[in-house]
Amino acid sequence: MTLSTKATTDKTWKTICGTTDLVKDSGISALIANSAGEDEQVAIFHIPNSEEKIFAVGNYDPIGEANVLYRGLVGCIDDEPVVSSPLYKQHYSLKTGRCLQEEKTIAVYDIRIENEQVQLFY
Amino acid sequence: MSTDKQLLKKFKVVVVGNGMVGHHFVEEMAKNTDYDITVLSAESRLAYDRVHLSEYFGGKTAEDLAMTTPEHYEELGVNFKTNAKVTSIDKVAKCVTTEKGETYHYDKLVLATGSYPFVPPIPGKDQDHCLVYRTIDDLEDIAASAKVSKVGVVIGGGLLGLEAANAIKQLGLQTHVVEFAPQLMGVQIDGGGGRLLRQKIEDLGVQVHTSKATSVIEKGNTSRYKLCFSDDTELETDLILFSAGIRPYDNLAREFDLDLGERGGIVVNNQCQTSDENIYAIGECALWNNFIFGLVAPGYAMAKVAAKHISGEEGEFTGADMSTKLKLMGVEVGSIGDAHGKTEGSLTYTYENQPEGVYKKIVVSSDKKALLGAVLIGDTSEYDTLLQYMLNAIELPESPEGLILPMAADKPTLGVDALPDTATICSCHNVTKGDIIASIDAGATTVGEVKSCTKAGSGCGGCAALVKSVADNEFEKRGVEVKKDICEHFAYSRSEIFDIVSVEKIKTFDELLESHGRGLGCEICKPLAGSVLASVWNDYILKKPHLSLQDTNDTYLGNMQKDGTYSVVPRIAGGEITPDKLIVLGEVAKKYNLYTKITGGARVDLFGARVEQLPPIWKELVDAGFETGHAYGKSLRTVKSCVGSTWCRYGVQDSMSMAIDLEHRYKGLRAPHKIKFGVSGCTRECAEAQGKDIGIIATENGWNLFVGGNGGMKPRHGDLFATDLDDDTLVKYVDRILMFYVQTGDRLQRTSTWMDNLEGGLAYLQDVIMNDSLGINAVLETQMKAIVGTYQCEWKTTLEDPEALKRFQPFVNSDKADSNIQFVTEREQIRPARGAEKIDVTFIDATEIVAEEA
Ligand code: SRM
Ligand SMILES: Cc1cc2nc3c(=O)[nH]c(=O)nc-3n(C[C@H](O)[C@H](O)[C@H](O)COP(=O)(O)OP(=O)(O)OC[C@H]3O[C@@H](n4cnc5c(N)ncnc54)[C@H](O)[C@@H]3O)c2cc1C
Ligand code: SF4
Ligand code: FES
Repeated sequence: MTLSTKATTDKTWKTICGTTDLVKDSGISALIANSAGEDEQVAIFHIPNSEEKIFAVGNYDPIGEANVLYRGLVGCIDDEPVVSSPLYKQHYSLKTGRCLQEEKTIAVYDIRIENEQVQLFY
Repeated sequence: MSTDKQLLKKFKVVVVGNGMVGHHFVEEMAKNTDYDITVLSAESRLAYDRVHLSEYFGGKTAEDLAMTTPEHYEELGVNFKTNAKVTSIDKVAKCVTTEKGETYHYDKLVLATGSYPFVPPIPGKDQDHCLVYRTIDDLEDIAASAKVSKVGVVIGGGLLGLEAANAIKQLGLQTHVVEFAPQLMGVQIDGGGGRLLRQKIEDLGVQVHTSKATSVIEKGNTSRYKLCFSDDTELETDLILFSAGIRPYDNLAREFDLDLGERGGIVVNNQCQTSDENIYAIGECALWNNFIFGLVAPGYAMAKVAAKHISGEEGEFTGADMSTKLKLMGVEVGSIGDAHGKTEGSLTYTYENQPEGVYKKIVVSSDKKALLGAVLIGDTSEYDTLLQYMLNAIELPESPEGLILPMAADKPTLGVDALPDTATICSCHNVTKGDIIASIDAGATTVGEVKSCTKAGSGCGGCAALVKSVADNEFEKRGVEVKKDICEHFAYSRSEIFDIVSVEKIKTFDELLESHGRGLGCEICKPLAGSVLASVWNDYILKKPHLSLQDTNDTYLGNMQKDGTYSVVPRIAGGEITPDKLIVLGEVAKKYNLYTKITGGARVDLFGARVEQLPPIWKELVDAGFETGHAYGKSLRTVKSCVGSTWCRYGVQDSMSMAIDLEHRYKGLRAPHKIKFGVSGCTRECAEAQGKDIGIIATENGWNLFVGGNGGMKPRHGDLFATDLDDDTLVKYVDRILMFYVQTGDRLQRTSTWMDNLEGGLAYLQDVIMNDSLGINAVLETQMKAIVGTYQCEWKTTLEDPEALKRFQPFVNSDKADSNIQFVTEREQIRPARGAEKIDVTFIDATEIVAEEA
């Protein structure tokens, strides 16, 4: 995936779906066109008992090499909210995208809930 | 810093040989950092576990067997050289020289050169495919030779010879054992035991030839070689493995003038010093009190004594117990102390049960107060108790025969409490009951911690059960809760969670987390709770509160494959399927372009379905009368069956109907792990029922029930639980066993490991299930009834629930399909494209693809 060279000011909050599309303590996936015009898959997790309540990270599992992260189980390890890959079970921090077991990092997106709309900043 | 230390080191200790004992010495010696240790090893690798050498053929690698690594030795500050065979000793200049001419100075020299296999001087012994069994290199040679051989002969029917025979049998060779003496394992067991052992081994397909002396090895007629025996008989073979005893590697002592025994071995005193006070000998090369100990445990004891003596501490080697317990080709064999009853005035008691293949003998002192020895074949369950009687000179009960008689009403068992603190529990590492208690005093809270603190159980492994019971007994006494926490969110074991859920009537994970856990949960406790909630309440697993608990396979009711697609496995109970249904499977597979394969579970698997394709595929299957096969669940998988008496000329019961009934009865039951059944129509066992969790084999009078079989990583044959059961009793027992397993099994514990860990083992389970010793059978049956009565096909329920179907949409905001999923064609079917085969594509509309395929 090539990195966007455009200025970040181009990014805006865009609505992805409604809050009723979220699944409590689980993930859904969304397809967005990044600033370079390429398709990007995003995994969105709704964890009401966490401080942040909602998280968005890349859907591509760099270890299993498949777009599956939204189908992983969420939880916490040492109080860090994580998703565990459904393929080989590595944990990725939902806050930083860092993999807790290997030297890999996945993208992290800014996400918020506004007027029952789920919005992503990209 | 290390150079400073080097300078300070007063003493140079050189160790020749890095076998198990040499390595143990290094570990002991390196505890004291004042010594500069150098190890010279003739082999190309550092020490490895010779005792478990045979596991190399079971898939263990040289790394698995390694007892140390170069890094570990570096950490210990130990110098080492491999491929460094020592060829001379200069006792005056105090230095040794290797084959390559390198010289090392020593203050103290330790010979740990072990022994080598003795090859009798038979003409023809030096040809290719004439091998021995001692090192990893030997095993590599054997494996290579077996590839081009059909028949193998082991010369020597001792303990090692039988182990070697097992190995070549597993390599697929037709196997023979040739023994010079009239019986097998003559050192450890008596004539009666030898007879029974021979019969058992022959039953396993290994041919045993006793009282045979090989006179020459000639070119064969039908095989590569021919063994000619002194009685003019012959045996054709392709591979010859010598296992005719070991000889100490004492050549250095011989050439450089250290005292030797009459028949070899480097003479040592109680401090393990040779005739030169600066030279020690330990392990299998050392002769103590005119005896060579061919086992690791005495070698380890010598290593400890030598290390102590060099550091100026007290310590003495005073001999060692040679008792052994092992399993040879699945036959349990135990030998304790004076197995042959050679002690003057000794008396023996013998019990033999030919039909069951059990032989037991004890040797007691003339006053019947002390146990001197024992032989156990076919059943070694009394080994630990007997060994403790002997080692600790515990006075025997009035009728010592009760110790080995199966039916003895009040069998005198020796509780671990009765053992003195000095009782040796692990002889390999010389760990006493007192040492185990001390490790618990020092903070060990699990059996695992006790083992790693004391090393108990990490040698031959024979003491594992005893270590556990001593430790558990001690924990119990202290009221210590044995820690079995499933993860950081719950301080409970799986069976405790099961109790909490049923007793407190907890129905959701959130309730459970709030009342008994912390944090958000994780991928360990969530599916576990999901499984327990399903076992107890049998709700539809994708019901809202349970949805987020399931692994992806359960969430999408299919197994995720490496590329993120899923497999589709409909239930084909007992493997029986009508032509019409087979056609439906074919049509669906064709329409959605799925890879199709007959599984190892005797049903059909369709691979390569994208999430969004799962509902339409399953809709077609459910409409045609199929149900989910639970290939994704920790639940009943398949009941494999043969055609049985309906078609087969040998069948004695209708195995097919039984299999189908059982599969429908238990389908959907959630358990700690998956469960598989097998039902065979007669003893020929075409359904391989003994390798299944629940195995059922037809008899003339009903059914034999086996429990705890397993294929997979560690195959295990099921234990015969009950015989000649009628249909109703069979189902009743299976109901109870499964429910008891569901309640007490650990997370991801198959019935095989569950059985192995069940305290009291098979006998205990029989007591619980058949005699209701815990008084829980009524409850178990009611629970099972509730589950059987509330079964629903999860796919059918899912298809009827629009909310649940939303989960199968590829993206919340788009109908496009995942472009990373790509296939190529191989043997006329699809398979996932590999990295380089993938092409960059833009996203296409998922609805288009479905339409195209349709
Ligand atoms: C499809 C199949 C292989 C095939 O192409 O034939 C298969 C495929 C898988 N097996 Fe298996 N096993 C299949 C028969 C077996 C058998 C043979 C049998 O059932 O008679 C065994 C040995 C018997 C046994 O279980 O005792 C077997 C022992 C395993 C094990 C090892 C279990 C163990 O106790 O050691 C695993 C790993 C696990 O479960 O943890 C496993 C796990 C798996 C998984 C689930 C691994 C995974 O997570 O991806 C595979 C995916 C299944 C899928 O995508 O549908 N599979 N697997 C077979 C499906 C049978 C069916 O109809 O349901
Ligand atoms: C298949 C098999 C199964 C066994 N099962 C059991 C069991 O269940 N229980 C049990 O207690 N025992 C068992 N034993 C025996 C056990 O392995 C030995 O008692 C133990 O390995 C002896 O250790 P050691 O260090 O004295 O000798 P070894 O392990 O033989 O090590 C000696 C090392 O010294 C090297 N060496 C020799 N001469 C020189 C030299 N001049 N210079 C440098 N290096 C040299 C050798 O190459 C070798 O690597 C088994 C043995 C085998 C082969
Ligand atoms: S197990 Fe027996 S009855 Fe069944 S098919 Fe085989 S031979 Fe026939
Ligand atoms: S007795 Fe061998 S490991 Fe304990």
